[in-house]
Formats: sequence, structure tokens, C-alpha cells
Amino acid sequence: MNHRKTLTGTLLAAALLASGCTGGGGSSKGADAEAADDPAQVSGSITVLTHRTDIVQDGTMKKYADDFNKTYPKVKVKFDAITDYEAEVKIRMNTDNYGDVLMIPAVIKKNDYPKFFASLGTQKELSEKYRFTDFTAVDGKVYGQSPMGAAPGFLYNKRIWAEAGVTDWPTTPAEFLTALKAIKSKTDAVPYYTNFAAQWPLSQWTAVNGSVSCDTEATTRLAEGNPWGEDGELRVADQLLYDIVHQGLIEKDPTTTNWENSKPQLAKGEIATAWLGSWAVIQFRQAAEKAGADPDDIGFMPFPARVDGKACATVNPDYNQAVSIHSQHKEAARAWIDWFTDKSGYAQDNLSISTLKDAPLPEVLKPYEEQGVELIELDDAKGGTVKEIDNASEVGINAPAYRQELVDIARGAKDGDVDDFLDDLGRRWTEAAKTVGS
Amino acid sequence: MPQARTTPPSHATEKAARPRAAAPRPPTPRRAPRGVRLWRGLTPWLFLAVPLALLITFTYVPVANMLAYSFTDWDGVSPELNYTGTDNYVEIFTRPELFRVFFVSAYYLAASAVQIVAALYFATVLSFNLRFRNVFKGILFFPYLINGVAIGFVFLYFFQDGGTLDSVLALFGHESDRAWLGTETSANVSLAGVSVWRYMGLNFVLFLGAIQSIPGELYEAAELDGANRWHQFRYIIAPGIRPVLSLSVILSISGSLSVFEIPYIMTGGATGTETFVIQTVKLAFQFNKTGLASAAAVVLLLIILAVTWLQRRLVPDDRVDLV
Repeated sequence: MNHRKTLTGTLLAAALLASGCTGGGGSSKGADAEAADDPAQVSGSITVLTHRTDIVQDGTMKKYADDFNKTYPKVKVKFDAITDYEAEVKIRMNTDNYGDVLMIPAVIKKNDYPKFFASLGTQKELSEKYRFTDFTAVDGKVYGQSPMGAAPGFLYNKRIWAEAGVTDWPTTPAEFLTALKAIKSKTDAVPYYTNFAAQWPLSQWTAVNGSVSCDTEATTRLAEGNPWGEDGELRVADQLLYDIVHQGLIEKDPTTTNWENSKPQLAKGEIATAWLGSWAVIQFRQAAEKAGADPDDIGFMPFPARVDGKACATVNPDYNQAVSIHSQHKEAARAWIDWFTDKSGYAQDNLSISTLKDAPLPEVLKPYEEQGVELIELDDAKGGTVKEIDNASEVGINAPAYRQELVDIARGAKDGDVDDFLDDLGRRWTEAAKTVGS
Repeated sequence: MPQARTTPPSHATEKAARPRAAAPRPPTPRRAPRGVRLWRGLTPWLFLAVPLALLITFTYVPVANMLAYSFTDWDGVSPELNYTGTDNYVEIFTRPELFRVFFVSAYYLAASAVQIVAALYFATVLSFNLRFRNVFKGILFFPYLINGVAIGFVFLYFFQDGGTLDSVLALFGHESDRAWLGTETSANVSLAGVSVWRYMGLNFVLFLGAIQSIPGELYEAAELDGANRWHQFRYIIAPGIRPVLSLSVILSISGSLSVFEIPYIMTGGATGTETFVIQTVKLAFQFNKTGLASAAAVVLLLIILAVTWLQRRLVPDDRVDLV
């Protein structure tokens, strides 16, 4: 008996000791990762954490690294491909060891960037050359850089849409619904595919933000207003999603959808439309080739809303690459980020929008250019506040849960009324906004 | 559902296997010298050192950490965390919607009843001499060995529109046209079914082990007395495995309250299949409220402890005495 007591005591003491030690780290502040003047002098071995497991496995990353070594012969690049990137890196960031270069996980608060990452320079200076600097800028300093950007939009099968007699892009949600109905009645294709089970495709709908009003301050309005209010952008988006589902224009059983399968299905014309992003086009084209369908059938159109007759599409950065504040080789890490953004051709390889301001638009977006779609970059000054409100309200605008519920209500699997549901979201959002110090 | 970590002791075995009178009494040894005594006292601890180290590192330290976090507003990554006292607990208990998800557990509770009855049935049948009984044992236990993630994916195909289940039903002339995961009831029933499929093997093996430790003479004697199979089950097997049975029930109930991987992988908690643990995971990893989520986990732990304690009070663990 006595033995047991002492043992429990020791355990407790050990446990308390251990719990006391956590939550430290990352106390150093304000380091810089400056670009080197002479590539030949930069040396060191760096580890790059990446979510692109696919291109690490097929050797594409290795090729980039080999190319990189032609300019920077003394830098050794190692890749650490992580499948469940967000969750795993979040845990690793409690230590000092999270690679030299990493993609900034969504969980890190924007204002905490200086605690985790070395600065890449001032926004004033970098924004002359690069897009998206606003998204990682804290107090005028930039902490991350995305190698590419993408615009959200509907991927659609041109052949099916033409068969249904719709050749012009719909300009209002109502026209869009009419087009989907025509597809349903005139073709065998599923008019719209939700990818409900894969979950994240539903969260892509949040990217509509900014496309409805064509306002670069759309993110600020998320932070300061009600996104589901009368003219809230997310209300327009969610209402359209609801109508699509409610009018039976989706696949028969959304709960067992399959993302990988949806690619060849859209290419072959079994699916007519899906809301994704320009980054997806290349994946669908590759799937089309594999399935023996015509890759040119895959088209891309903006959200059906027009301001003064003009469509807008937001351009958003992909994961931002940053240099760890604990990196021993910050120069080498910075060299990798610069080279990867400027010279690697990664953005072109992915048919994406280059981070370099003067680079031409990818061929995928040619129709956008022809039809005069305006590409806008949202001001992200309030991005951090939006994230905080989102967490506090537990709405999850970038999580799938509430849209899954919306789809369930729309198809009658759950009781509820769409207006009440969206109003409730708005109520939770605005209440949380009050508690979050902005 | 039930996640057993321990194999239950079977009191029945000892009695049957070791007739006490037969063993010769060892001679009383002389008192060993001090060094030897010390060594002897230390030996069990040496053997225990590795498991204890693992247990402490991977169970008690994380639990202590979790307790500590539950009193803070930590977001899971920020270097700053503030002590907020019992705020998290107050929040949990003032938000009744957080407990609504326990209704989902009812589906799994019902499923565990089915699971235990089925496992008991198969264990009883397969404990008698039967052709291919080892093959059947293997088949029944096999699902428990498969990784839960794999099971989730397999069953997603299984329940797909026109998937395995629909094709099998079509073979029997039943053209099914339903979305198995489509509505709240059918989704939960389907998921609970997967759970039964997966964990029945474990219950089955526990029961089988207990049943086989019942001495064979008892059956022979019973048969001579004219007892049929049902009588043998009712008066020999059922009382003989009572401790294992009650353990299984406890595991099933705590398992039902903390269901996680199957619904998380298959539906992610959509369509009314969200359980308490999924909700906790969402709080911690989607909304970065690690402090609140830790408090929720502590509450779940306390609920499970309370339920188990209640069960032990209601059904005390009697010693089994068959002979």
C-alpha cells in the first residue's frame, strides 16, 4: 500500500513537471532571412517541409532541387513531405525543429508570424515585384511567400454545357440554376458535383468572397460586417449552393462522393460542373488524358455575379513558404524560397498564376482575359481578425462542417430552414466579432 | 466500440488446472542474506521498469498535460497561454448543445447489445466440436486486426451508391436505391453496423477464451443428467463467464460514449453522425481551442469513470464458483 502511494506521488510529480515545461519555445523575435548577394557563397543543408507528397514521390521536387543546385551549388536541399500537413506541422511547431523552409500552417495567427518565422523583407520593397505580400505582412514586414496563386471558379465540361444549349457564361445565380436545369433535362450528366464526402471542396465556396461585389475590401467586410447579412457575399454563395442542392441538381448520393473519381467523371462528361479553383484544372486535364477523354473539354468560369456587367475573380495565394526562425541556414533557406518563386517554373507547371507581377497569366485563364474578367487581389489586412472571429464563433468558414449541414438541410436529410440557418450563422459571427479585439 | 487493453483474469482456469492437494509443499528456505533480499525485492521493479516507463510517458504525462491545458486558453501552437481558471468548464456546462451529440451514442449502445449477443452466440457455438471451427474463429476475429482507417475506406465503397452493399442486395433480387449514409438514422445505423463488424471479433475471442477455461467434465456431467445445449449455456457457460461478460459490457458502454474513428473517417461527423470525441477534435484542431477541447476530454473521462463506477456498484464482480 505504502509503495503504491509513493509511486503515485512520483508519477504526479513527473507529470506536473512535464506539463510545466510545455508551451515554451519560439521566444526569440524579429529575425531576418536576408537574400545573399553571391549565390556561390551560400551554403548549408536545409530541410523543406511540404504538403506536396505527390511531387516529392514522383521526383519532381528532386528535379527542382537539382536545378536549384546549378545556381546554388553549396546548398543541400532535403524534402520532408507530410501527408496530414496541417495537423502534423502544428504539433512540430511547439518545438524548435520545424524545418528550415515550411509552408505556413493555417493555425498560426498572423500576428504570431514574427515569433515563428524570419522576415523576408519589408512589404514596401517586396510588393513591387511580387503579388500576395499582403497576406503574410505583419507591421510592414513580410514573413512568407507563396510560389503561386489561383483564382476560384467553376470547372465545367464544355461539351456537356454546349449539349444543354448553354454557351454563354451565366451572369446571375438564377441564370446559373437555369443552366444546370437544362443540363439535367437535356443530358445524362450530373449537373453539379458537391464532393460532400471529401469535405474540403465544400469549404472552397468561401473563396466566392470578393467575387460578388468586386470589392478588394471584401475581407475587411467579413471582419466588420455580417457575411450572411442581406447582401453578404457568403450569403449569396451559400444560397446558390443551397438552391443547387435543393432543386436536385447534384449527384444522387452526396455522402459517398469520391474526389479522385470525380476528376475522370467530369472529364468524360458524367459530371458537368464543380466549384473548385484554377489550380484544379491541371489535375482534371491529366485525369482526362488518363481516361481517354479530351482535356480541352475542361473549361473554367467565374462565379455568376456581375458588377456593371463585369465579372470579378479573386486571386489568392497558395500555401506561403516561410523561413523558420530557428533555422541555422537562413540565407540558404531564403535562397530556396526566392529561387522557387522566381525561377523554378513551379507556377507554370501547375498552370497557376505566378507570384511575379510581370509574369503572363496562365493559359487556363485566357478565357478570363478574353471575356474581360477582372482579377482582383483582396486586401488581407483584416485576415487575422477574420480567422479569430471564425475560431471564436466556431462557424468554420474554411471548414466543411457548416456547409455539409447546409447541404443536408437542402436535400431534406436534416430539418431546418435555409434562412434561419444562414441568419443563425450571421448571429454567431457578429456576436463573436464583438468579443474579438480587432 | 469497446477498446480493450487488458485480458481479463479468468478465475475459473486456476481452479481447474491445478489440483492443490497434489503439489508437494516446498521446504521452508533459510532467511537469505541482505544483498540477495534487496535484489529480490528489486527484481519485479526491474521487470516493470520498461512497461512503467512507457505507461508514464504515453498515458499519465499526456493526461496530466491535458488537465493542465484544460485550465488555459491555449490554441495549440502559440507560445503564449493564459491561465483562465475554470472558464473552460463553465463554458462546457453552459452550452447544452455540446452534450446533444451524446444521443448519437445511443445508436452505438444498441449496436453493442447486438454485438455482445452475437459474439456470445458464436463463442458458444464454436466452443463445441464443430467442423472447420478454427477457420470460423479466424474469420470472426479477422476484422479486429484490420486498421481502422482501412475499414473506414472499405466501408465507404461498401455503402456507395451502386457499391458493394447495393450489388449484393441486387443479387438477391432487391434493387436497392437508397443512400445508406444519406439520412441521420440510416447513417448512424450503418456506422454502428460497421462498428459491430469490427469489434465483435474481440468480444468473441474474450468469450471463447473464458468458455474454454470451463472444465470439460462439467459438460459431460450435465449431459448425463439430460441437459441440452441451451441448458448447458444457461447453467454452465453463462455463469462461468460472468466476469468477462460484465467487463465486455463496461467496455462497450465506455466505447459507445467515445466512438471516434469510424464515423470520423467515413463521414467526418456530417449528417448527424458527430460524436463527442469528433466534436472535441473539431474544437481542438479546426477552431484551435485546445484549452476548451482538453476540458471537454476531461469531462468525457469523468463521465466514463462515473458510468463504470455505477456499473460496478449495480453489478458487483462476484467470484465464479462452478465446482
